[in-house]
Amino acid sequence: MKKPGKMLAELLRHVTKRPATTQYPFKKIDVPATYRGRIVFISENCIGCKLCMRDCPASAITINKVGEEKIFEAVFDLDKCIYCAQCVLSCNKKALMTSTDFELAQITRKNLRMVYDAKPKPPAPPKEPVVAPPADAGAAPASPQA
Amino acid sequence: MAASIIEMIVFPGFVFLGVLGMIFEYVDRILYARLQNRKGPPWFQPFADFIKLAAKEDIVPREADSVMFKVTPLLAATATVVASFYIPLWGPAALHSFAGDAVVVIYLLTIPTMSFFLAGWYSTSLYSTVGAVRTITQLFAYEVPLFLVILAPGILAKTWSLSEMAAFYSAHPLLCLSNVVGFVVAIVALQGKLERIPFDIPEAETEIVAGTFTEYSGRLLVLFRLAISIETVVGAALISAVFLPFGYGLGAAWGFVVFIVKIAFVMVILAVFKTSVARLRIEQMVNFCWKYVAPAAVLQLFISLILSAFVG
Amino acid sequence: MVNPEKIVKIPIGPQHPALKEPACFTVSLNGEKLVDLDLRLGYNHRGVEKAAEGRTYTQNMYLFERVCGICSHSHATCFIQCVEEVAGLEVPPRGRFLRTLIGELERIHSHFLWLGVAAHEIGFDTLLMYSWRDREVVMDLLAMLTGNRVNYAANVIGGAKHDVTDEQKAAILKAVDTLEERTKYYIEVASEETTLIARLSNVGRISLEDVKRLGTVGPTARASGLSQDARRDDPYAAYKEVPFSVITDTHCDVYGRTLVRVGELMESYKIIRYVLQNLPDGPIAAKAPRKIPAGEAVSRYEAPRGEDVHYVRGNGTEKPERVRVRAPTMVNLLSVPKMLEGNNLADVPITVAAIDPCFSCTDRAIRVADADGGNAQVFSWEESRRFGIDWYRKNGVDFTDVNKRLAQRLK
Repeated sequence: MKKPGKMLAELLRHVTKRPATTQYPFKKIDVPATYRGRIVFISENCIGCKLCMRDCPASAITINKVGEEKIFEAVFDLDKCIYCAQCVLSCNKKALMTSTDFELAQITRKNLRMVYDAKPKPPAPPKEPVVAPPADAGAAPASPQA
Repeated sequence: MAASIIEMIVFPGFVFLGVLGMIFEYVDRILYARLQNRKGPPWFQPFADFIKLAAKEDIVPREADSVMFKVTPLLAATATVVASFYIPLWGPAALHSFAGDAVVVIYLLTIPTMSFFLAGWYSTSLYSTVGAVRTITQLFAYEVPLFLVILAPGILAKTWSLSEMAAFYSAHPLLCLSNVVGFVVAIVALQGKLERIPFDIPEAETEIVAGTFTEYSGRLLVLFRLAISIETVVGAALISAVFLPFGYGLGAAWGFVVFIVKIAFVMVILAVFKTSVARLRIEQMVNFCWKYVAPAAVLQLFISLILSAFVG
Repeated sequence: MVNPEKIVKIPIGPQHPALKEPACFTVSLNGEKLVDLDLRLGYNHRGVEKAAEGRTYTQNMYLFERVCGICSHSHATCFIQCVEEVAGLEVPPRGRFLRTLIGELERIHSHFLWLGVAAHEIGFDTLLMYSWRDREVVMDLLAMLTGNRVNYAANVIGGAKHDVTDEQKAAILKAVDTLEERTKYYIEVASEETTLIARLSNVGRISLEDVKRLGTVGPTARASGLSQDARRDDPYAAYKEVPFSVITDTHCDVYGRTLVRVGELMESYKIIRYVLQNLPDGPIAAKAPRKIPAGEAVSRYEAPRGEDVHYVRGNGTEKPERVRVRAPTMVNLLSVPKMLEGNNLADVPITVAAIDPCFSCTDRAIRVADADGGNAQVFSWEESRRFGIDWYRKNGVDFTDVNKRLAQRLK
């Protein structure tokens, strides 16, 4: 049977209900533990095979050797990263992890360049990213996915 | 003289009606949002929009008729304010009244629609022109039923003055029940007059951008928006004066509260109506108005005529 | 005959509130009636096919996922199926089932999105708000399963990337129940709400013959009664094992397209339940080589918008030599001028929206260049006919005699 205002009952039912929308910046959104957010680098596990660099579709990762020993640092260009987490899949040594950190907007492009310093080296002061301080980024907690 | 100027500008003129219009715009928007399970804007949103737009630059298209382009918003806003002077607001007596002011009010409420048409036409942009033509097509569809149902209660009251009509019906409240059909017709026609869903065809966003108002910006646009807000309140006041003539003998303060409640009631009906249907096509709208709304208006006329034979 | 002075030409697009992507429909109007429609595409050409030639297969997987914002899994899977065929990889059963699962969840998300967009085009914003609210349920499911709401990255060459745990299974089944209930409600709304039916029925009519002639695909074709679905006709992933029916409708108009889409939603719930209940054990992906051998393959995939076709040619290296993408919108767009014949201006947005267009997926450029890198060359119809005749003659095939005899016969 055709009638206008078919949704009326449904609409009136919702007047007293809480809105389905979330006041986002004021109320944080829960993302699932499996969410592919910012990639975390664990320097101790890295053997410098650079498979991640080779597979990255956006050329967002650079792995550099630091000093004489086999210690590596990673540089992420978060503005290039497409958050596909292919590098996590490519890494055989579990040196890369996804985190649920997704609020990555920055005022300048410079801040989007993120350096994960290798442990023995003192943190480089000028390139300090706002996203996560490099001092503890190397030992950032592994994502719950792992 | 000074009293008239205050009447015109402050109370119940531009400022009062503007503020009231914006308050009811907020009511409309929040209700629309809550019915859609959204949160809706904060209470100051219509005021913020007003200030923001008023602070912006006016751009007059080179092709447009610059005088008409600038005059029409003012015309629309003024006509609605003037109309409010003849409508009983919180007492049975309007600010000014004379025999036959009901006709004048309806004509005054047609002026905004005409100015939308002129504004669209003189903008010369394609979208505006199509919007303008649609405005005027739609006007012919809802105006006749609206006329009939506003004047029909007058037949029963044997007056075409809104104030006297209000006085008559508050003296015989039971007779209001004979105007139920008219009330429904008036709500539908008012929805068309205010160009709200399902009759927002002249400004259908997905078809012709903003229709008549496509070329407008800044202060001129804000005047149009203000005119629509005021027209909403005045239209709701007109309907409540004709069809809901209750609570007039309560003194100024309580009368004002009852007035607000009545307008809010009409606004709620308008908002729920707007939320629960889809936009019609222009020819569907015209068909609907002539097929269902106009006969209903004529029915109301007959009811009033028959009743007046007994009551008189 | 229409007086040409009365014709008004209105551009809808490239920038217009009705279109979320750039495309230009120049509408010629006589009053509110439509007399002619001119379609222009190409505002959003991104050079995806060329970009693919410079990337490895793994990288391309993510590139093709970004061909379309909504059917991202469709394009990625369609590409990967080509690659797997060239490489001769057998996807393990569990991997195939998981691909089907994500594919159907994507279909649900896309159809809910469409329902909202269509409602918005006819000025029924309330339905838009409600259907998009319910769409969040499936978006959250996809985020939970794959880690993102839109670009799922759910494939690897040779299988699926993410496995499904038991808790996730339970969550999916629960969400599917909610969605099914909501979909039933929307079917009710679509079959009862007067204004909705008034705006949708008899709008954008296209007959079965025209659908066949113009090669229309997907729900647009099925709404005109063409029973065509790549999932059934050329089964990929797990669709051979999964029972489902192809929804068709004979309304031939936008209303029919709405019914087909909501009907497909109900089918998708069935498929998802079946997939989760019959999920085979075993590995989810086969090991893929880095270098894909030389060879070429075409694969078909029933994306939410219609049949998606990809072509890949490998040359034995890590990178493909040529990739060709044919998005379903490409063929469906051709039917839009036919659909709009004799309709009103008010019907243009909803008719265009009813094919569920995706313009940036569609935009491809073809440039004909000399082999030595010379100037671009564009053939006119006559020139290309000449070229064809000459080419065949050079290869020893001559049609001159045949043509003469044919002309005589016809006389």
